[in-house]
Amino acid sequence: MLAFLLRRFLIAIPTIVIISIMVFALQQLLPGDPLLVLAGEERDPEVLEALREKYRLNDPIPVQYLAWVGNALQGDLGVSLRTNQPVTELMAEKLPVTIQLAVMSMIFALVIGIPAGILSAVKKGTATDYVANVVALSGLSIPNFWLGIMLILLVSVKWQLLPASGYVPLSEDFGQSIRTMLMPSFVLGTALAATLMRHTRSSMIGVLSADYVRTARAKGLAERVVILKHAFRNALTPIVTLTALLFGELVAGAVLTEQIFTIPGFGKLVVDAVFNRDYAVVQGIVLVTAIGFIFMNLFADAMYYVLNPRLRGH
Amino acid sequence: MPHLKTAMITALIGATALTASPVLAKDLRIALQSDADVLDPDQSRTFVGRIVYASMCDKLVDITPDLEIIPQLATSWTTSDDGTAITMQLREGVVFHDGTPFNAEAVAANIERSQTLDESRRKSELKSITSTEVTGEYEIVLNLAGPDATLMAQLADRAGMMVSPTAAAEAGADFGLNPVCSGAFSFAERVAQDKIVLTKFDDYWNADAINFDSVTFLPIPDTTVRLANLQSGDIDMLERLAATDLAQANADDGIVVDSAVSLGYQGITFNINNGERGDNPWGNDKRLRQALSYAIDREALNQVVFEGAFAPGNQPFPSTSPWYNQSFPVEARDIDKAKSLLAEAGFPDGLDLEVQVPNSTEPLAVMQVVQAMAAEAGINITLTSKEFATLLSDQSAGDYTASQIGWSGRVDPDGNNHQFVTTDGGINDSKFSDAKMDEVMNAARVAGSVEERKALYDEAIALMMDELNRVFLYHVNWIWAYNSSLKGFTPYPDGMIRLENVTWEE
Repeated sequence: MLAFLLRRFLIAIPTIVIISIMVFALQQLLPGDPLLVLAGEERDPEVLEALREKYRLNDPIPVQYLAWVGNALQGDLGVSLRTNQPVTELMAEKLPVTIQLAVMSMIFALVIGIPAGILSAVKKGTATDYVANVVALSGLSIPNFWLGIMLILLVSVKWQLLPASGYVPLSEDFGQSIRTMLMPSFVLGTALAATLMRHTRSSMIGVLSADYVRTARAKGLAERVVILKHAFRNALTPIVTLTALLFGELVAGAVLTEQIFTIPGFGKLVVDAVFNRDYAVVQGIVLVTAIGFIFMNLFADAMYYVLNPRLRGH
Repeated sequence: MPHLKTAMITALIGATALTASPVLAKDLRIALQSDADVLDPDQSRTFVGRIVYASMCDKLVDITPDLEIIPQLATSWTTSDDGTAITMQLREGVVFHDGTPFNAEAVAANIERSQTLDESRRKSELKSITSTEVTGEYEIVLNLAGPDATLMAQLADRAGMMVSPTAAAEAGADFGLNPVCSGAFSFAERVAQDKIVLTKFDDYWNADAINFDSVTFLPIPDTTVRLANLQSGDIDMLERLAATDLAQANADDGIVVDSAVSLGYQGITFNINNGERGDNPWGNDKRLRQALSYAIDREALNQVVFEGAFAPGNQPFPSTSPWYNQSFPVEARDIDKAKSLLAEAGFPDGLDLEVQVPNSTEPLAVMQVVQAMAAEAGINITLTSKEFATLLSDQSAGDYTASQIGWSGRVDPDGNNHQFVTTDGGINDSKFSDAKMDEVMNAARVAGSVEERKALYDEAIALMMDELNRVFLYHVNWIWAYNSSLKGFTPYPDGMIRLENVTWEE
């Protein structure tokens, strides 16, 4: 299995290189001169020139790219053009925030999505199934920003139960940190729960009609055992892949939710960086999230091994 | 559906038995519309950055709400008869946050830094200073290339902010990561896009007027969420309340709303002679621009888009400014006049106009109203919405016909005009050029008395009203909303939040 994972990892390296080249190239295609944004309202030509020199924006693009790669390999992703903070430091600040949000949202998504999916598959065609489907569909269709603002107005302004927005690090105040993250992760989680519920449902329906499930039932096994132990375990493979990919997406940043709840995570960082043409920050984040995605894929592959003994022979 | 979700979250909260945390009265929490950029007065460029400085970095001079220059770190100053030297007496007993004493040497070092640091954005603001002379521990002479009526106003903003020369020499261009000034609060912590924390500086020269142990600035971009945070007590004050949220804020007994007309303007800038695209009917014939101006009902625009909360405008300054030219009041809408001007210019059947506009809600709403008004005069406006950085570079490169853009405003009238209308103006994206205008604008820069300057600006405004390379539309009102326990806040037209003598009374 180790050899398999290692092979998958090596294959990922060219992917990362290609992604970094694409990001670099795409940024150059963006209209708008980063320095006009940086120089301030006055746009003093002297200042513009000094900044252009400093950030090596006069160099040919391949030279700029190679310089960036050289530094990146040594762990230096440059500094933010906007705040002068090192990009690695900015990301180290944001990563725990984003991961906390992703994990909490995933918990909401899994806790709601999977049981609902199983239930609606088992009760296929009944009122329960329809209700679950309608709930799922609403979860998908209600825009995050609307649900977010509604929750803030109700829970924070009207009932004053939770902080309206912001972020408190876990290390600073555990309880407050969880409280602040509850609403945003709920908003994100419900949308994901809907996707998970739909996939769990279809995967379960497929498995439940398989011969071995009928055999299990014929053996007189309790329905609970049949569903959870025999059917669900086999239905799980596509759900694991989906969960891993959804988690990867969450780490890439939940832009709207972060904006509404003012959570200083990756999504907000990258969006602001794009608007400010803060090239170093955009490159750094895309690189790190691309690597994150690849790792989540590897993780999903590893999970197949655990779930499906038949794969272990390969 | 929201009910179900709300019920679920309520159940969750109940299950974990969480209680609301108390608001710390002594830590003032202020929500800003966006995150500040680098916290180095010589390098920074954002409006919100200046709000942070107002609590952290003292300046040589400050302004009153009526825009008069008053002492801050400089206690008095005199200008030589020929206007080429300013002698300043400095406040004694002031120290920077790192303990470095503030004196004439420190001022000299600061001016040198603003003028020579590669990354400095202040170079043009202090261009007129040719040298400094330390003539005493607390006396400094600024030698000027020539008289400069605008300099004191520059020293009332970032160019006049004093940073610790010791810290600046050590940190160089990285000073902004750990800024050291001499203001009421010192820098404690910053988490990008999350918060900037300042703590009270005990050795502040005016420490008695400061009533908070710390100030936390929180960037909260969404205006509804800013207000929700204020209503829930998570923050104590917010800046730039949206006009559309005014009713909600006013209806809340626990919230006070204050406002001040800004120093800046919003309008439409035309391409007169900036590259090939300047050669179009709108750039070539001022009568067309006048026609557009007549077609706009500025009061209605203000009512429709901003619920009347802003100030309609037709000049680079709001009508409340001492520099406003009273001979040109905001014109009433005159469709007939607009049509006859169009006809005179050879377009009796009207013509098209493409205006580029930033792709955010307010500018788009403003231009849609203008579009509808202009259509009635026969001007068919097409709006091209662009992301701001793109709009700016197209405008600067001359790749536009007209552009909806504003200016945040400066204390001195020169700042709202000179660079936009003089031939060599740095941000004259119209490439407007007129010998008379250059002469008047340059004369106003060096004129000695306020009366003389006022007369020159009156003349310049008259020229501008005729040429209209910028068609002015309105002036933003800074709107602050804060907890009613906060007392003693004074609104300033520069939009800053000054915490001297502001108190918290439960």
